[in-house]
Amino acid sequence: MTDAVLSQPSRSPFAMRHPSVLVFLVVLGLFTVAITVLSEGFGLGMISTSFVKTLGKTLCLCLVALAMDLVWGYCGILSLGHMAFFGIGGYAIGMWLMYERTRLIVVDSLAAAELPPTVQEISDGIATQIFGVVGASEFPPIWAVAHSLPLQLAAVVLVPGLLALIFGWLAFRSRVTGVYLSILTQAMTLALSLYLFQNDSGLRGNNGLSGLQNLPGLDDLPQSIVSVWFFWASALALGAGYLFCAWLVSGKFGSVIRAIRDDEARVRFLGYPVEGFKLLVFSVTAIIAGIAGALYYPQAGIINPAEIAPIASIYLAVWVAIGGRGRLYGAVIGAAFVSLLSTWFTGGQAPDLVLGPLVVQWVDWWTVLLGLSFVAVTLFAPKGIGGLFDLIADRRSPNRHGAALGPDPGALREREASE
Amino acid sequence: MNTLLEVSGVSVSFDGFKAINNLSFQIAEHELRAVIGPNGAGKTTFMDIITGKTRPDEGRVSYGDKSVSLLSLSESRIAQLGVGRKFQRPTVFEDQSVGDNLMMSLKKERGPFAVLVFRPSDKDRARVAELAEEIGLSGALDRKAGELSHGQKQWLEIGMLLAQEPRLLLVDEPAAGMTPAEREHTTDLLKAAAKTRAVVVVEHDMEFVRRLDCKVTVLHEGSVLAEGSIDHVTRNEEVIEVYLGR
Ligand SMILES: Nc1ncnc2c1ncn2[C@@H]1O[C@H](COP(=O)(O)OP(=O)(O)OP(=O)(O)O)[C@@H](O)[C@H]1O
Ligand SMILES: [Mg+2]
Repeated sequence: MTDAVLSQPSRSPFAMRHPSVLVFLVVLGLFTVAITVLSEGFGLGMISTSFVKTLGKTLCLCLVALAMDLVWGYCGILSLGHMAFFGIGGYAIGMWLMYERTRLIVVDSLAAAELPPTVQEISDGIATQIFGVVGASEFPPIWAVAHSLPLQLAAVVLVPGLLALIFGWLAFRSRVTGVYLSILTQAMTLALSLYLFQNDSGLRGNNGLSGLQNLPGLDDLPQSIVSVWFFWASALALGAGYLFCAWLVSGKFGSVIRAIRDDEARVRFLGYPVEGFKLLVFSVTAIIAGIAGALYYPQAGIINPAEIAPIASIYLAVWVAIGGRGRLYGAVIGAAFVSLLSTWFTGGQAPDLVLGPLVVQWVDWWTVLLGLSFVAVTLFAPKGIGGLFDLIADRRSPNRHGAALGPDPGALREREASE
Repeated sequence: MNTLLEVSGVSVSFDGFKAINNLSFQIAEHELRAVIGPNGAGKTTFMDIITGKTRPDEGRVSYGDKSVSLLSLSESRIAQLGVGRKFQRPTVFEDQSVGDNLMMSLKKERGPFAVLVFRPSDKDRARVAELAEEIGLSGALDRKAGELSHGQKQWLEIGMLLAQEPRLLLVDEPAAGMTPAEREHTTDLLKAAAKTRAVVVVEHDMEFVRRLDCKVTVLHEGSVLAEGSIDHVTRNEEVIEVYLGR
């Protein structure tokens, strides 16, 4: 992509001019077709519905990893709070799913009564159903638009976007960078998750929202079908997200944000309002994360505040680091590889490893392995899995004898830099 | 000629140490000026003040036809007003190609949204090629800036400055680490640049300054010690004592 700015303008489609984008889209397309053909709902039934869901969720994780790569790998902002935006997206869609499904149930049950139920009765019925677990029977104000799918969909985009905008504006304006910014984003995540844990947060405290896998009004539709629908939607979102991110980083905008990553002060002296760029990238990636979350949680079926715990965002950074930051396919590979492996290990499918008297049960030891891999990748293969593609392509990169690319401690070092 | 930049009575102290002490300085449009002074004289700090990196404790800095004060503006605003700066240590974006470095510097809208929709026109590409020619890097447009030699990086940075089309160019030790032939080329570039804009060059090397053939300002302990032609200042007793004598 280095010569993108100078390459001749061309009328051919964007993906054609960027072979890695084209390859990615083709692979994603083939994968989607293959899963559809093998699925229970639409094909041969060779893979279980729950595995289709796992794959669909994985695609959503790949999408949020793309966002993380954009904000960290390209723009150098090590945000450890993007899973909060992911969770907010999940809550936003979950509220409508839960409200609407409960409403249908309540209307059904009241239909048996002699007098037609009043609006208030229906509303009370829904509230009791939803908030009974936290001892409340009224709708908190936060649910004001939960009845409206379009409004909750808007919230999927607007709430993470606005939160990121406000948070970013405060942080970037005071020139908080590096470790301090990372800590601040962790604090934001922690605050949000602690708030959601409270019963009076209006989002059912630690119960979270559940039953999200059921689409309101489509109760007769088996999960084998719904799961493939969501799989398709996730694949579509990932494809569109990849195309969007690739477009974003391909031109001068990509140049400027990578320059900000490597030497923020120098970019200022070129006349670029660095804070504005960071704010834009931070907010846009928060929105992408929100959308990914809105597709993820209906497949997971449940969302609770533990999902927003600070550690989730740290895992996200680990995936991107293992996959290879600063290249979009690296983020996708990292997220897919590590999260699937994690599912396998923690699902109890992995055989125990017997080392003499020590029996390694992966359910417990997987996190240790992940931590060690992270350290190993950071030390020995800073380009991550994506770096393997460089070996294949034998890409030349400048020999800078290990010097930093910029004076900022957050700047990439030679071996990490790519694209 | 009109004054382009006027610095008056500026002082800065770092932890009680006065790096700049009641400094006053003026430069006209299309003027070439050399600033010399021993290590720690405050030359780099002086540039930091003009470009908004360091805020002075007192004094005024006014710039341009309308004499706007630069003191309340951000670094990027000051750069947008036409103040370009080359750092002492070459700072180019090493991970990006020479062409990308130049393209990024071309004088264009700087806002995020304008940058997002920017696609280079043929004219922009031609301008980048022309600049590369000027700084002797036409053959290296697609090479990563990190692969360049030290001297080439210095030039690339000068090229990036020219691409910005600044009205005032501040150049900190441009010839450091250059071969004699490279130095000569650099002098020519700077002299040519000063035909259409004001240029302030900080340099240690007397030969280099002599070749620039312009008015010289000598800084010492944060204030102006002497000002005038190179022959005038090199004859100044105080200058000889603090700087040349050693
Ligand atoms: N950020 C800072 N904090 C503390 N002291 C500083 C800072 N910046 C500069 N100084 C001090 O101010 C003085 C002037 O520094 P400056 O870098 O401007 O000198 P200079 O003339 O550019 O020297 P050189 O020729 O070595 O580049 C020095 O004594 C330096 O140590
Ligand atoms: Mg200096």
